[in-house]
Amino acid sequence: MRKSWWKVLCLLLLFYTCIMGFLVKIPVLDGRLQQSIRNLYFHVPMWFCMQILFSISVVYSILRLRSQKQMHDIYAVEFARTGLIFGFLGITTGAIWANYQWGEPWSGDAKQNGAAIALLIYCAYFILRGSFQDTEKRSTISAVYNIFAFAMLFPTLWILPRMTESLHPGGQGSEGNPALNGKDLAPAMRAVFWPAVFGWMLLGLWIATLRIRLQTLKEKYAVFQ
Amino acid sequence: MASSFKNITTLLKKDILLEWRQQYTLYGILLYVASTIFIVYLSMGQPEATVWNGLFWVVQLFVCVNAMAKSFLQESRGRMLYYYTVSGATDYIISKLLFNALLMAVMTLVSILIFLLLLGNPVYYFGQFILISILGGVGLSLVFTFLAAIAAKAQQQAALMAIMGFPLIIPQLLLLGKIARQVFEPIVQAGFWQMILLLILLDCMIIVLAIILFPFLWKD
Repeated sequence: MRKSWWKVLCLLLLFYTCIMGFLVKIPVLDGRLQQSIRNLYFHVPMWFCMQILFSISVVYSILRLRSQKQMHDIYAVEFARTGLIFGFLGITTGAIWANYQWGEPWSGDAKQNGAAIALLIYCAYFILRGSFQDTEKRSTISAVYNIFAFAMLFPTLWILPRMTESLHPGGQGSEGNPALNGKDLAPAMRAVFWPAVFGWMLLGLWIATLRIRLQTLKEKYAVFQ
Repeated sequence: MASSFKNITTLLKKDILLEWRQQYTLYGILLYVASTIFIVYLSMGQPEATVWNGLFWVVQLFVCVNAMAKSFLQESRGRMLYYYTVSGATDYIISKLLFNALLMAVMTLVSILIFLLLLGNPVYYFGQFILISILGGVGLSLVFTFLAAIAAKAQQQAALMAIMGFPLIIPQLLLLGKIARQVFEPIVQAGFWQMILLLILLDCMIIVLAIILFPFLWKD
C-alpha cells in the first residue's frame, strides 16, 4: 500500500470534485433546491466512506480473532476511527444542508436517526477499548464487540429505512433506497458524483494507512525503549 | 450432540435452581418491574395507546438491562474455569441465553399484567400483543446477555452495558414499537406476520453470533 499512484489519483479526483462540483451545470428543477444540490458531491460520499471503512475495520477484527496478531487490532481500530470521522463529517454536512432545505438541522428523519445510531455504536467501541488496561484483552474483546455491533447495525441500516417514509431522496417507503435515488441523477452530475465517491474513499484509506503507520512506529518505539 | 444437550440442560437446571434458592435476586427484579411501572403510572396516569406502547417498550428495556447485568458476575473466576473445562464455551453460552430468555419472558408477562392493572388496557388484539412482547423480550434478553458477557470482562460493568447496549438496541426497539402499534387498532394491516418473521430472524442472528463469538471472550 506504499505505492504512490493511488495517492496521486486521490488528489486528482478530489481536485476534480472540488472544481467541477462547483462548476458543473446542474438542472434547476424548482426554486427551492437550487445550487444546494451540489452538497451531493460532499455529503453523500462521506457515508460511502464511513461504510467502507467500518467494513474494512470489521474484516480486520475477524482476522484479529483468527490469527491473534496484535497488528490486526491496530488496523481495525484505525479504520474504525477514520470511519467515525467521516461519519461525523457526513452528519455535519447533512445538518448544514438540512438547515436551509428542511428548515431545521435535525428533523428526526429515519436516515438521520440511523446515522446517529451508527455514530453512537462506534463511540461506544472506543469507550469499551478505553476501559481495559491489558492490551491483549483489549484487542480481543473489542474485536468481538466490533463484529457483534457491525452485524447488528448494518442490516438495520439497510432494512429499516426501507420501511418508513423519509425526507431523503429515494425515501418512498418500501420502494426507497436506503441511501439515495440514483436513477434521477442528471448525467452531468453523475459524471462528478462517482469520481467524488472514489476520491473521498481513497482519501479515507490514505488517512487510515497513515495513522496505522504512525501507531505501528509508536508501538515499535515503546518496545525499543 | 447428545452430551452437549445434556450439558445445556444441566447448566440450565443449575441456573434455575440458583435463582430459586437465592430468591432475593428474583424478587429484586420483580420489585424493580413493579416500582418502575408504578412511577410511570404516577407520572403519566392512564395514557392513550401510542404512549402506552412507547412506555411499555422503554420499561422493558430498563428491566432487561437490570435483569441481565448480573448474569456473568455471580460466579467466581475459578468456577467459570470449572464450567469451561467440564462443558465448553458453546454449551455454557447457550444455557445462559436460554435461562435469560426464560427469565425475561416471565418478566415480560409480569410487566404486561402490572401495565394492565395500573395503566389501563388499550390493546385490541391481546393474543398477538403477548406474542410480540414475548418475542421482543426474548430478543432484548439475547442482546443484553451477550453484552453482559463482554462487560463482565471490563471494569465499570453496569455503565458499559448501557453505553454499548442502548445504541445497539434502538433499531430492534423501533421495529418492536412499529409492530406492536398495530395491535392497538381494530384494522389488521398487511405485512404483520412478515415483520414477526423479521423479528424471529433477528433473534436467530443474535444467537448465532453469540455462539460464534463467545468462545473468544472466554479464552483468557
